[in-house]
Amino acid sequence: MDWYSIIAQGCLIGGLYALFAVGLSLIFGIMRLVNIAHGDLITLSAFLALIAAEVLGLYPLATLIIVVPVMFALGYGLQRGVLNRTLGESILPPLLVTFGMSIVIQNVLLELFGADTHRLVVGTLETASLTLPGGVAIGVFPLIIFLVAVAVIGGLQLMFYRTDIGRAFRATSDDSVTVELMGADNRHLYGLAMAIALAVTGCAGVFLAVRTNFDPSIGPSRLIYAFEAIIIGGLGNLWGTLAGAVILGIAQSIGAAIKPDFQILAGHIAFLLVLAVRPNGLFPRMRD
Amino acid sequence: MSLLETHALKAFYGDFQALFDVDFHVEAGETVAIIGANGAGKSTFLRAVAGVLKSAPDMVLYDGRPIGGLPAHDIVRAGIAMVPEGRMLFPSLTVEENLRMGGYGGRSGRWNLNAIYELFPVLGERRHVAAPDLSGGQQQMAAIGRALMSNPRLLLCDELSLGLAPIVIRDIYARLSDIANDGTTLIIVEQDINQALAAADRFYCLQEGRVSLTGPAAGYDRDAVTAAYFGV
Repeated sequence: MDWYSIIAQGCLIGGLYALFAVGLSLIFGIMRLVNIAHGDLITLSAFLALIAAEVLGLYPLATLIIVVPVMFALGYGLQRGVLNRTLGESILPPLLVTFGMSIVIQNVLLELFGADTHRLVVGTLETASLTLPGGVAIGVFPLIIFLVAVAVIGGLQLMFYRTDIGRAFRATSDDSVTVELMGADNRHLYGLAMAIALAVTGCAGVFLAVRTNFDPSIGPSRLIYAFEAIIIGGLGNLWGTLAGAVILGIAQSIGAAIKPDFQILAGHIAFLLVLAVRPNGLFPRMRD
Repeated sequence: MSLLETHALKAFYGDFQALFDVDFHVEAGETVAIIGANGAGKSTFLRAVAGVLKSAPDMVLYDGRPIGGLPAHDIVRAGIAMVPEGRMLFPSLTVEENLRMGGYGGRSGRWNLNAIYELFPVLGERRHVAAPDLSGGQQQMAAIGRALMSNPRLLLCDELSLGLAPIVIRDIYARLSDIANDGTTLIIVEQDINQALAAADRFYCLQEGRVSLTGPAAGYDRDAVTAAYFGV
């Protein structure tokens, strides 16, 4: 068993998991909304990529230019039209509504596309690999996903700490009443936050569609990975989420090396271990 | 026409009525104090004017325009800013970021970061410090600066002196009179009668959600104010 290689592969899988998790983390951080439909929105993005690739004949990765803006618009509309109405003192209404959305999305996709698995094929890029010093070969495409995840998180951090809108996101996360006294409209801020979150989710969906087989039922398990990555990393910290995703990826990779059907369970065990030792995650940043 | 008028203003917290038919006006350039005991409805009045609490549109007129039903963010953009009770700075933002949030509405005018740092030099020195690491007085200055950043015509100040040392209160009220002399209209809410009346042109005294006394601040009748304040 080549541990170096196993850890490198796991690390790269973590890039994809980080992209799953970032949107969920963002939404929870800004408006304390737990989006149970998040995994199904990833699946929806994968199917949007499939449609764009088949109908428009686009190269699979080029579908990003369609899927990301569509998900951005969907996020804004969903937040303004539906989810803003569920926000209030209790966290239960948004949980119930997004749980309902999750079921609706799964069944609509099942109705439209059936239960067959799909996959987008990117040709030679899929098999291309690099050899790292030390003789470990890693896939070019997983590396691209990982780098995109790093770039997305870096970009979001810049937005949060360098722009007016990012500052307003942090302010409304602190105190959503006082932020209105500054002339900021929470309904609009929340709409933009969900739009950005779903744009990242769209990106994750396209990569998922290329990287693995997908069908309408895979959403909930992606949601679990996303949750685990966020909790391992610590709430409210996007770089922590990346670290959590990488830890989850490595654990799965090690699990798979020990025994192929041990892969998923190994990830959950790593999550439970972290939770047992550090209930607030490894790098918590949330004040409450 | 008054800059701000309220007519039979009522306000509720759920089923509890906190204000009963409050008639009030403030002219452009004036400083008006609202005094009263704890729970008299002073903060509620400011919250209703700022749009945090909803009221019927024509209960609050700003420049003759009904604003009672508008959301708080529209009222700030119209030129009414509030320094909320307890400062309410954003704890995860630095001092400068808090001030920048004040300018979020994008009204132009004489207030910007440099003007705020000129008014409160200590904020300039500590601009990269997280808001909770400021002293109480500095936090109050930051809260005032943040409200000014929206370039308001009318500034609502809620309990500026709360929890501050007398020397700090004196300093803050001196800056407040600079702001008033600059042409900004002020409504100041205070439990401390002397402090409030010294700074104001006129005053209203609230008692259990109703106006119990109003008049000019200069040469007020101490006994009448005491009676209106405590209801004895």
